[in-house]
Amino acid sequence: MNNITGNPAFALELNELTVRYGPGCPSCGESPESLDRNRCPVCGSVWAVRGVSLRAREGETLGIVGESGSGKSTLMRALHLDEAPTSGAYFLDGGEENLFGVSPRRRRYIRDSLLGMVYQNPYLGLRMFFSSGANVAEKLIAAGSRNVRGMTERAEYLFRYMEIPFSRVKEPPRNFSGGMQQRVQIAKAVANNPPVLLLDEVTTGLDLSVQARVLDLIKRVQREFGVTMIVVSHDLAVVRLLADRTAVMRDGVIIEQGLTDRILEDPRHVYTQTLVNSML
Amino acid sequence: MLKIKELSKEFIMHIQGGVRITSFSGVSLEVGGGSLLAVTGPSGIGKSSLLKCVYGTYRPTSGSVLYESGSGGTIDLAAADDWELLALRRAEIGYVSQFFHVLPRVSATEILTEPLIARGVPADEAGETARALLRRVGLDRALWEMYPATFSGGEKQRLNILRAVVTRPRLLLLDEPTASLDRGYKGRVIDLLLEIKSSGAAMLGVFHDRDALSALADSRYDMEAGRLLPAGGGATR
Ligand SMILES: Nc1ncnc2c1ncn2[C@@H]1O[C@H](COP(=O)(O)OP(=O)(O)OP(=O)(O)O)[C@@H](O)[C@H]1O
Ligand SMILES: [Mg+2]
Ligand SMILES: [Zn+2]
Repeated sequence: MNNITGNPAFALELNELTVRYGPGCPSCGESPESLDRNRCPVCGSVWAVRGVSLRAREGETLGIVGESGSGKSTLMRALHLDEAPTSGAYFLDGGEENLFGVSPRRRRYIRDSLLGMVYQNPYLGLRMFFSSGANVAEKLIAAGSRNVRGMTERAEYLFRYMEIPFSRVKEPPRNFSGGMQQRVQIAKAVANNPPVLLLDEVTTGLDLSVQARVLDLIKRVQREFGVTMIVVSHDLAVVRLLADRTAVMRDGVIIEQGLTDRILEDPRHVYTQTLVNSML
Repeated sequence: MLKIKELSKEFIMHIQGGVRITSFSGVSLEVGGGSLLAVTGPSGIGKSSLLKCVYGTYRPTSGSVLYESGSGGTIDLAAADDWELLALRRAEIGYVSQFFHVLPRVSATEILTEPLIARGVPADEAGETARALLRRVGLDRALWEMYPATFSGGEKQRLNILRAVVTRPRLLLLDEPTASLDRGYKGRVIDLLLEIKSSGAAMLGVFHDRDALSALADSRYDMEAGRLLPAGGGATR
């Protein structure tokens, strides 16, 4: 496996990502089969993500499914450079630089300009007591915008695109419904036209009709922004709707990945078969 | 254009005690450009599975599916990686599934324009192509901007066929494309498929009815017999 530089064919490439919470010990370090699910019975460390490798081509959507606690959010935080992983290498656009090893300043630049993230919990992605407009402006400023007029126009465009009445731009997201909060998060995440968009359970917990509207919006962004997307969901139906390829995660490990229709219709792993069979 | 050699598919059902189910085995056949090979045999013999193995929805257990791609070079679809399959599906392989999976909240017209726009066709031209096709298979104009979720079986099926042919694929996989159509609409669909065939596409199809079979098929592979049989007769029961 090429760990020094990314493969130019891929817009996003993750090699052997491991995130361990806790000190680790010889037992779990040398024999992962001794783990109890993702936890080491000897030292108590949690191996939230273990040896995960992913690739996505430009404009492609990769779905990640798995049950609660399988490590999906941890993986997404690592991809957004929110926390340093235990080990692994991460490249964008076939670049030479392992993004896990860059300076804090460079990390900030990558997060602000090359990545967009939408969190399951809008409190993680938005400043709830700032105006919605300020939330988007903050992201634009972070990527170097200084022109107030330009920023206002961009915010106006994004709000219209996300079907949020511009008259509500001065209101803080805390006043909004769950679906609207997610749409503000999406506006903020795509504000700088990042090549990579990370979506973690964006529709979980929303009413079905609200969910449908957010999903339609994501489909539109997918089509019209040409962005490479990683979509995490515990719901196979969401992934079926959005993803070209799908990876199945369990206990921190990817147990199976492939074309989404193949994962749904020809699942090989016992866990994937169970998951597909439990679909409505 | 398509050469299938000793193809087999087996499923292992882990949640049912690891039973092995052989879907089909030892299928060898060839389809040339500008011709249609019909696949026949009784229900459950593995006709749909065979098509899915070609399209990549199923990973064959053994054998090969050699496809001469339009971009040059022969590729074994049974061993192709995800990205090769995605690119071929986008550019040159069409598939009409037996059951139409509607995308929620996408209108009939959009279902047809989207793949064209994704390939760089200007929106107005894509719209024209879509409308011409909708007219051609006689889909009621009132339905063009509606969501297909509420369409009848026959309406859905005509749309399903159009979705696969709108990009003019070089290889077209057809799984009972005329099953729920009445005579008039069936004729229109057959005409359309004949035109696509005569433009040089290779077609592999499962047919429910004799009319379609005799109008479209140049040769016939019977999965029960495991070999080529005379093209006439032998529609799926
Ligand atoms: N900071 C942390 N310290 C210790 N353990 C953690 C920490 N963060 C996550 N974990 C553990 O890592 C594992 C993966 O958690 P994660 O939140 O990534 O799961 P998830 O797949 O996103 O679940 P859900 O579907 O419920 O959101 C869990 O066992 C969790 O308890
Ligand atoms: Mg999570
Ligand atoms: Zn340990």
